Amino acid sequence: MKTKTTQQLEQQLKRHSKAAKLEIWGRTISLTALLLIVAVVVAIIGFVASKGIATFTSNHVNLWDFLTGKSWNPNITDANGKPEVGALPMIVGSFLITILSAIVATPFAIGTAVFMNEISPNKGAKILQPVTELLVGIPSVVYGFIGLSVVVPTTRAIFGGSGFGILSGTCVLFVMILPTVTSMSADALKSVPRYYREASLALGATQWQTIYKVVLRAATPGLMTAVVFGMARAFGEALAVQMVIGNAALMPNSLVSPSSTLTSVLTTGIGNTVMGSLQNNALWSLALVLLLMSLVFNLIIRLIGRKGRLQ
Amino acid sequence: MDTKKQNKLAIGALYGIAGLVVLILLALLGYILASGLPQLSWHFLTAPAKAFLKGGGVGVQLFNSFYLLILAMAISFPIALGAAIYLYEYARDNWVTTTIRTAIEILSSLPSVVVGLFGFLFFVVKLRLGFSILSGAFALTFFNLPLLTRSIEDSLRTIDLEQREGGLALGLSRWETVTRVILPAAVPSILTGVILSAGRVFGEAAALIYTAGQSAPALNFADWNPFNISSPLNPMRPAETLAVHIWKINSEGIMPDAKAISSGSSAVLIIAILLFNFAARYVGKRLYKRLTSA
Repeated sequence: MKTKTTQQLEQQLKRHSKAAKLEIWGRTISLTALLLIVAVVVAIIGFVASKGIATFTSNHVNLWDFLTGKSWNPNITDANGKPEVGALPMIVGSFLITILSAIVATPFAIGTAVFMNEISPNKGAKILQPVTELLVGIPSVVYGFIGLSVVVPTTRAIFGGSGFGILSGTCVLFVMILPTVTSMSADALKSVPRYYREASLALGATQWQTIYKVVLRAATPGLMTAVVFGMARAFGEALAVQMVIGNAALMPNSLVSPSSTLTSVLTTGIGNTVMGSLQNNALWSLALVLLLMSLVFNLIIRLIGRKGRLQ
Repeated sequence: MDTKKQNKLAIGALYGIAGLVVLILLALLGYILASGLPQLSWHFLTAPAKAFLKGGGVGVQLFNSFYLLILAMAISFPIALGAAIYLYEYARDNWVTTTIRTAIEILSSLPSVVVGLFGFLFFVVKLRLGFSILSGAFALTFFNLPLLTRSIEDSLRTIDLEQREGGLALGLSRWETVTRVILPAAVPSILTGVILSAGRVFGEAAALIYTAGQSAPALNFADWNPFNISSPLNPMRPAETLAVHIWKINSEGIMPDAKAISSGSSAVLIIAILLFNFAARYVGKRLYKRLTSA
């Protein structure tokens, strides 16, 4: 009789309370949600990689030929009976447009951020910040549409030709990444402690000397992160670029001739090819290149962050 | 050149740059609104699109955009909330957590076209959902999850540690502390984040063209049975959104008034995003006042 009650007591004591059960339940649910996101990342990389590799494994395209070949024409086989899947024109197009738009956008973005933060914080907070924040949210198709109806005709009028090409793409991407890079640069400048500026001004430095020699240097890692982030966005942008680049898979021989980028070929091509065919697999390989490049940008941002922290 | 002159020159240049940027940005907004607003009318906002003729509207596309937005937010919000709670309230600071954070960062930096292609591969082809609202909503969820998770985590971060200590000191479990103490305090800033991410989802197109499809079959707005093919609620129908519509009619459209329709649609998108932005600020402030009596 007595043993039974101690047993019962033991059971009662060892049983989870209601609150403890709730705790376990809540913890499990939230962990599941987190693992779901991780699973999505793994699935995306896994799926795109397995499709992207198929060009090289089942269609036996040489990886080197793919990366350096200059003619993209998956429907046609060349003299040696090999399909023409040279992705160099798209890779060059993507890099060119990314680097050019970053080069144009960086001085404007950093200049504006400096203005917002150092010269006229009042106007910056009242006008510039809300405007940039709003523009960060403008959908990329709207940028593409404006590019198509304003930038392309202007380029056509000035340089002749069709107006489609890398130059138009650069203009569109410049305006598109400008708000992003500006607001991230402003954040970077904001994180420079106030006493840096005070110390510099107390030493007799002018405002410009303070900005140039102290604030900008101290904020360099943050500013670089902002620019790389803008480049990553430019590299991955699909529709806005596709609308103004002209979509000719040729090596860009001038900034105003129609060309293409990885993303533009993907958006126009995927729907017009049959799943599993070489034409389709080649496109997935382009998607894989795009994915790997976005991982590289991510890595660069990480390295900059780590270096910035050590200083 | 002496330093004072240099200083003046440099600051003048900075004024110039900032002015130019404001000018570009305002011109952009002005152009969209000036060319788009005259196109807007009740007919434009409600009529279905016409493929070959003038005078079509964007009614179906507009509905699709909102429907997809609501579905995507309904799927992604609970997941993002759970993930953010685990990351901020439970996870220890070790390599597993760092890896998970990296994975989320990678997802947020993936080009949306890659997310769309994955959605195409997985939902449209593998799971045989076809070009449908459901595929589109999942693709948008993937696009939205990392951003939303981060914004919710940031909201949790703004709540004082004392609040947690207070909850635990009262004998609440961690989960109870989170749901009864932390979340109510964080609601205003979480909501702001949700509305802002809704703006991004609303304008997204690249993730949708191969998941939700590029066609918008006519809908019968009197039929609300989700199993009927012409019902607006049917999740298995293809659904071109407003953003996709702009892209579609500009790159391969043959309607004679494509430009006018794109201007109008762009203006609608911009106005919607403006509204989301204002709503985020307003609701955040208002809720904060009500919940904290501050």
